[in-house]
Amino acid sequence: MELKNISMQVNTQTHIYETNLTLENGTMNVLLGRTLSGKTTLMRIMAGLDIPTTGQILWNGKDVTGVKVQKRKIAMVYQQFINYPAMSVYDNIASPLRLMKKSKDEIDFAVRKTATMLHLESELNKKPLELSGGQQQRCALARALVKGSGLVLLDEPLANLDYKLREELREEIPKIFEESGAIFVYATTEPEEALLLGGNVATLWEGRITQFGKSPFVYHFPNSATTARVFSNPSMNFFNIKKEGKYIYFGDDEKEVASSSLLKLPDGEYLAGFRPNYLKIEKYTPQAIKIPVHLNVTEITGSETYLHITHDGNYWIGLINGVHKIDFNSDIDVYLDTRYIFVFSKDGVLVEPAFSSTDNYKES
Amino acid sequence: MAKIIFKNLAHSYLPNPKVNKDYALQKINLELEDGAAYALLGPSGCGKTTLLNIISGLLIASEGKIYFDDKDVTFSDTVDRNIAQVFQFPVVYDTMSVRKNLAFPLRNRGENPKYIKKRVEAIAKSIGMEDILDKKASGLSADAKQKISLGRGMVREDVNAILLDEPLTVIDPHVKWKLRTQLKALHEEFSHTMIFVTHDQTEALTFADKVVVMNDGVVVQVGSPQELFEKPAHTFVGFFIGSPGMNIFRVDVTHDIVSIGDVKLKLKSSYKNLNGKIELGIRPEYIKLSKDSGDIELEITRIEDIGYHKIVRAKHQGMNINIIVPEDIKITQDFKYASFDTNHLFIYQDGWLVEPTGGKS
Amino acid sequence: MNKTVNQKAWFLVLPVFLLVAFSAVIPLMTVINYSVQDTFGHNVFTWVGLDWFYEIIHSGRMHESLARQALFTTIILLIEVPLGIFIALNMPKKGFWASFCLVVISLPMLIPGNVVGTIWQIFGRKDIGLLGHTLVNLGINYNYAEDIMSAWITIIVMDVWHWTSLVVLLCYAGLQSIPDAYYQAAKIDQASRWSIFRYIELPKMSGVLLIAILLRFMDSFMIYSGPFVLTGGGPGNSTTFLSIDLVNMALGQFDLGPASAYSLMYFLIVLLVSWVFFTFMTNMDKKGAV
Repeated sequence: MELKNISMQVNTQTHIYETNLTLENGTMNVLLGRTLSGKTTLMRIMAGLDIPTTGQILWNGKDVTGVKVQKRKIAMVYQQFINYPAMSVYDNIASPLRLMKKSKDEIDFAVRKTATMLHLESELNKKPLELSGGQQQRCALARALVKGSGLVLLDEPLANLDYKLREELREEIPKIFEESGAIFVYATTEPEEALLLGGNVATLWEGRITQFGKSPFVYHFPNSATTARVFSNPSMNFFNIKKEGKYIYFGDDEKEVASSSLLKLPDGEYLAGFRPNYLKIEKYTPQAIKIPVHLNVTEITGSETYLHITHDGNYWIGLINGVHKIDFNSDIDVYLDTRYIFVFSKDGVLVEPAFSSTDNYKES
Repeated sequence: MAKIIFKNLAHSYLPNPKVNKDYALQKINLELEDGAAYALLGPSGCGKTTLLNIISGLLIASEGKIYFDDKDVTFSDTVDRNIAQVFQFPVVYDTMSVRKNLAFPLRNRGENPKYIKKRVEAIAKSIGMEDILDKKASGLSADAKQKISLGRGMVREDVNAILLDEPLTVIDPHVKWKLRTQLKALHEEFSHTMIFVTHDQTEALTFADKVVVMNDGVVVQVGSPQELFEKPAHTFVGFFIGSPGMNIFRVDVTHDIVSIGDVKLKLKSSYKNLNGKIELGIRPEYIKLSKDSGDIELEITRIEDIGYHKIVRAKHQGMNINIIVPEDIKITQDFKYASFDTNHLFIYQDGWLVEPTGGKS
Repeated sequence: MNKTVNQKAWFLVLPVFLLVAFSAVIPLMTVINYSVQDTFGHNVFTWVGLDWFYEIIHSGRMHESLARQALFTTIILLIEVPLGIFIALNMPKKGFWASFCLVVISLPMLIPGNVVGTIWQIFGRKDIGLLGHTLVNLGINYNYAEDIMSAWITIIVMDVWHWTSLVVLLCYAGLQSIPDAYYQAAKIDQASRWSIFRYIELPKMSGVLLIAILLRFMDSFMIYSGPFVLTGGGPGNSTTFLSIDLVNMALGQFDLGPASAYSLMYFLIVLLVSWVFFTFMTNMDKKGAV
């Protein structure tokens, strides 16, 4: 499927800026972005529920831009669990096939196969409302998958589920996807979900796709500060740096000798970014630089500690292993290995990926 | 402020409960310390909302007593309990300004206007709303409204406890972080007793000093986040806390030898008189993978790189094993062995943790 | 959200369009036609311009009817709205009694206006009516056919009986949409019953309440069959409201020209007031949304 110069405007407000996107057959594609970044609009355009203001949608090379939803072989699963409440799970799953006027045997075979795939085989005679939330969403998923559509759109399907159920389905969706062979498009607000599902990711920010590529690649090589911000949870921490000769200046007259990838930079001012898990409270490597910060609050998860800190007016989050009890509202020193720093230009374009990225991605 | 004590508290929605499963909330005895931050954590339908409603007075427990300090409040009305509550969906008085919203509980109690003004301004400052005090509450964002309902609770200095019922549900993910830390900072500043109900382990663990984990109407463990993580008292706690949760295997234990299928492992200490369903639990963080030797053999089925660490999904004789590997360690399919850190191995009997009887043998 | 453009949809609207054309637009045009002409029968018409309008605007007859009408509408709004809110607030929220109350409350609305008029006419009669007979026996001078006060009170009570349920139903629907959490929060904040009404129930009800007021205004301003059956506009002209007056003029005296002008003026008054209401309501919505 190909989106060509697609854009979407509603009453002079642009919801989607001009977008080009090609989704290969049999791939998992995650649309990652915050609420209102345009994920749902883009999906509605893909589904044919909305017609884009400009551009074309090609399906296997054929223009399907104006073709109605009913005539396309697509399936959609929403955040809300949408099932026919008066029908049994079996009839729910069978309903799209009945509309296609398939024979009874064919329907029965397809329904049972799909139900088995989604572990619903023992629930077939129940009504959707007798099921748990997770099972209701499985039923909706089964209905989407049963007709063998070439395109399955999932709009934050796990958002309304309990934490543990989410974890369970999140683990299963890639398997289901592999069995179905369709193009999956999966919208989510959570970076971790994008990484867990694998496949490709398109990061969205205010109606623009900022980057599209293999998920680990985009994670390790975000092309801009915006992509990096969208693709990390907690959000990436940023600060301004200035390189002069062999020194790096940052914050209030703090300076350090530049090392690793920072050394290669031409002199000038940059925006530096790093993910929260690389901030530590001890000097963990010889390259780690010391940064004095103000600690606002710590949060302990049992195995990890989140530090909420401010540095030079920037709000940072640090994620460190183990349980650390530090006084709230105190000034502390934290350490950051410069190998984990992404360098962006002042206007947010990636200049130099973190050294660790290059190192990690090659191997994995 | 007050200590909250549950004495043989239980609740059933049925008129004549007989067996355990008739109870939405099975018998609990618990003391919530004054000024601490608690979380009630569990999946939907575990009884946490029932317990919360009993604390707030919306529901009268069918059995047992609840005390605020020495005062029996089992049958007291919500108003007399002097508690505050933040709901799942923001509740603000739409027609009032932020200031009037915050002042409302004080005005209803007939406080002196000067005191009200001072107090409202202090609270507004703490929740970061001093600039928009005179704005109408109806036009604000969901997180701002949640802050107002929180502020309305805190404005009363004599409030016994602040109950938070899944308050972050309608908040955008990236704002959740901020609101959560603000909540934490507010607790630090005012040290009200706070009780936070949630199904989200991250919210519960990061917020609370002590977490009350519930499942099927039973309180399975009460402990600090660290205790819950490091020494789960029940397999449910092991499974529910941590992502992925604890690996649980059916095993047999004789003295200090545990048999997982046909693999035998030596434990740090020995166990006696075990009967019933015996399980071994170990967190994915405490399993190490290796290419050439280890406690058990396994086959890697999937590696999920989630950035700051990898989740390795593997199988051993049909059993699923999850392993968490730090980012900087490279894992490939030819890692065929795993070893367990015996310091973090636990034995469970019918779901509950069993303490070893003997020391090192 | 942008919806799919589909020109075929116009065909689906066409029947309604035709229906409205025949039932409203064409009759209205006829009325406008009559209002600017005079006739002496035999289908002979002469152009009189705006003379009829001038006459009607300056006629004491219309002024009196309008004043009566305005007084009547004001009184019934002042009674029905608070009474409706009060009943809605005190109705059971769920269970068997909730549905029971709803059915009982809606019953009067299902009865046509002229039947209501007949019911009250008999009910209020001195000789055989339960109400009339009782009142007279109690020594109260009650006679809707002769006493102005009795006539007005009967018509007002009749309208209140007939239509308060509409206000009740709308308010009840508005109240049902308030989540329990609001009441609980108010309880925790120790809000008084009045505060709960003033700051929670009334704001949440305001939308439907305005619709209720609008509907009741329009309906009561056009009231005809009830008073017509009960008093026929009397005693004297004391209960001759606009619509009764208009029918008298058009069908009683057969003054088609002035009656047309009258009805257009009447129509414009209702339209104007409704429009003011509507603008007020939409502005309220906007204010609420920002």
